[in-house]
Amino acid sequence: MTTETISPHLRPESKHLRDLESESLHIIREVVAEFDRPGLLFSGGKDSAVLLHLALKAVRPARLPFPIVHIDTGHNFPELLRFRDRTVERLSLDLVVGSVDDAIATGRILAPAGADISRNRLQTPVLLETILKGRYTAVFGGARRDEERARAKERVYSLRDEFGQWNPRNQRPEVWNLYNGCINPGQHMRVFPISNWTELDVWRYIAEEQIELPEIYYAHERRVFERDGMLMTLSPLMQPRPGETVITRAVRYRTVGDMTSTAAVASEARTPEDVISETLTTRISERGETRADDRSTDAAMEDRKREGYF
Amino acid sequence: MDLLHIATAGSVDDGKSTLIGRLLFDSKSLDDDVLAAVEEASRRHHGDYVNLALVTDGLRAEREQGITIDVAYRYFSTETRKFILADTPGHVQYTRNMVTGASTAEVALVIVDARNGVVEQSRRHAVIASLLGIDHVIVCVNKMDMVGYDEGVYDAIRAEFAELMAQIGVHDLASIPMSALHGDNVVEPSANMPWYDGEPLLRLLEQVPVRQGLDDLPLRLPVQYVVRPHRAEHHDYRGYAGSIASGVLRLGQRVRVLPAGGESVITAIEAPWGSVEEASAPDAVTVRIADDLDINRGEMLCAVDDLPQTTQEIEAVVCWMDERSKLGSGDVYRIKHTTRSAKAMVTAVNARFSIASLCGEPDVSSLDLNEIGQVSLKISVPLVCDDYSRNRVSGSFILIDEATNATVAAGMIGDPRFSFDRSEH
Repeated sequence: MTTETISPHLRPESKHLRDLESESLHIIREVVAEFDRPGLLFSGGKDSAVLLHLALKAVRPARLPFPIVHIDTGHNFPELLRFRDRTVERLSLDLVVGSVDDAIATGRILAPAGADISRNRLQTPVLLETILKGRYTAVFGGARRDEERARAKERVYSLRDEFGQWNPRNQRPEVWNLYNGCINPGQHMRVFPISNWTELDVWRYIAEEQIELPEIYYAHERRVFERDGMLMTLSPLMQPRPGETVITRAVRYRTVGDMTSTAAVASEARTPEDVISETLTTRISERGETRADDRSTDAAMEDRKREGYF
Repeated sequence: MDLLHIATAGSVDDGKSTLIGRLLFDSKSLDDDVLAAVEEASRRHHGDYVNLALVTDGLRAEREQGITIDVAYRYFSTETRKFILADTPGHVQYTRNMVTGASTAEVALVIVDARNGVVEQSRRHAVIASLLGIDHVIVCVNKMDMVGYDEGVYDAIRAEFAELMAQIGVHDLASIPMSALHGDNVVEPSANMPWYDGEPLLRLLEQVPVRQGLDDLPLRLPVQYVVRPHRAEHHDYRGYAGSIASGVLRLGQRVRVLPAGGESVITAIEAPWGSVEEASAPDAVTVRIADDLDINRGEMLCAVDDLPQTTQEIEAVVCWMDERSKLGSGDVYRIKHTTRSAKAMVTAVNARFSIASLCGEPDVSSLDLNEIGQVSLKISVPLVCDDYSRNRVSGSFILIDEATNATVAAGMIGDPRFSFDRSEH
């Protein structure tokens, strides 16, 4: 399979998506031209699937000149791992995996007590270790500014120090489309090519470009239980507490992360077009509806990013 | 659906955040849970009204201090248009962040408190918007409810602004009397101001032409990346990837390669949406040419009948953005211009511009944080460039301090769009 078979393409009427797509390609090409060792963070989620699709377009007909990097929390949805492996196989990609389970097994990080504790924070040291080991100087991520208000503040090129930390008080000015990729040894750049895309843009792009996603992004019957108003996924890691009842419902996932902190949403949307319709009418934000980890404090995301989270 | 970039500037006191909140809310771009969190935080932060600034002030320090420190990006859309709004800080000490947000904008919203009229901060925003080449300025005369929706108050502010805009070379100016708090003339027309016969803000934003005139400029395509697949099925493939800065690129078109020299003909254009016969700004394309020329990143493909300058000496307007150092004559920096990086030496600091008085001080030796002035630079390689007033891509650059790697200046080649009075104040 070659990358030329990526099709169909955006319609001329979707001018805003074409402009966003061109901006993303510009950013990706800038990184490929200026950094000696890029890598692309790939979780198997919808944003990273779009990012990978864009990266392939940026360099075609050449092969992707860098690996994709997966931080395996050990709390993955099995559908995502299968999607990851299928994608790697189909596109002949280089895959690098940083494993939280390995880091715990070898004592490099301490596991929290309890299976159902989110490993969201634990990803950070493993991500940093993986970046260090791979000597990546630039790491692409699929974060979007519309997701969360701390992300709304982050530059496209986000400089990270030797500890992977983001310093929101001292970001480099980022003017026009002139990105400053200068770093010192030990530092690296996180680069977010789809910063200016919204959830709806991503879905419209997926629909028009017919990008494959893990099946859990579309409505399916699943056993879930309600906790704090969210539909949590029943799994060996996540069991109901007393008083919580397991029910079977038609659900899909709006975001996909650690199984213990990602909630499903009730949905009948079985195609990208259905998801677009639901996204147009929902009055609840993506992360607000599905991410237990963002609910802890007002500045949960800012704090995680300062520590090196992507 | 098309895409429009907007920049707003102002402090919380102007009602800027309320205006943005209103735009987001009335265009259904603010979700219930985000609003609920803001309501909850507003109660906690002592207010008894909903503080919509908490929506946009995404950093802990901003919420604590109640000011916008860095640019935040917001997204909303209507049936016909998607908007990217850069919400930029208005305080003088964060000018560099305002420049970040406004550099890519096509429209600037300048928000004025009807009670205070045109204050220094509003002048500053307008002048920076003009220097950055933003063609469309919309003056939002806000808090009209606080002045009894008085047409006279509005007219006086509008007239004062019109005079300023004429001085600083902004020709497309609109102004709107509004109350963001009550929603007058933001999305819905105002029943309180029947004397205003213009459109509400959102309708105006839907009508602003997007990237007007770029297709009429000569072709400029900076080569960003050379695609060489090294694969059997593409053995001799050499593609030149880059984003079109201006002009229309056509199959069969003759182009000049600068600064290397040489001409060839375009034989293939790959847009992200497939092979095309024609492409224009801001499309990110990969092109192939008929001849075997030595083309690397940093070269520019140009229309043969209207060439840019190729020069190692430039004059430019720069905004100095570093708090740790000053720009002075003899200093050497790394310059990034289109896809080309080189060294640049400051050969002279010609003037410092006072934004408040629109005066230029000629006898200066340096520029300090957030100061704007004109400098002469000598570049270690030839730059292929146009005046910024003609082309925002081939006319802009950044300077990088090689010791700290910080981005220390934003630069615009050529004279500013309007002349600063060279007399001393």
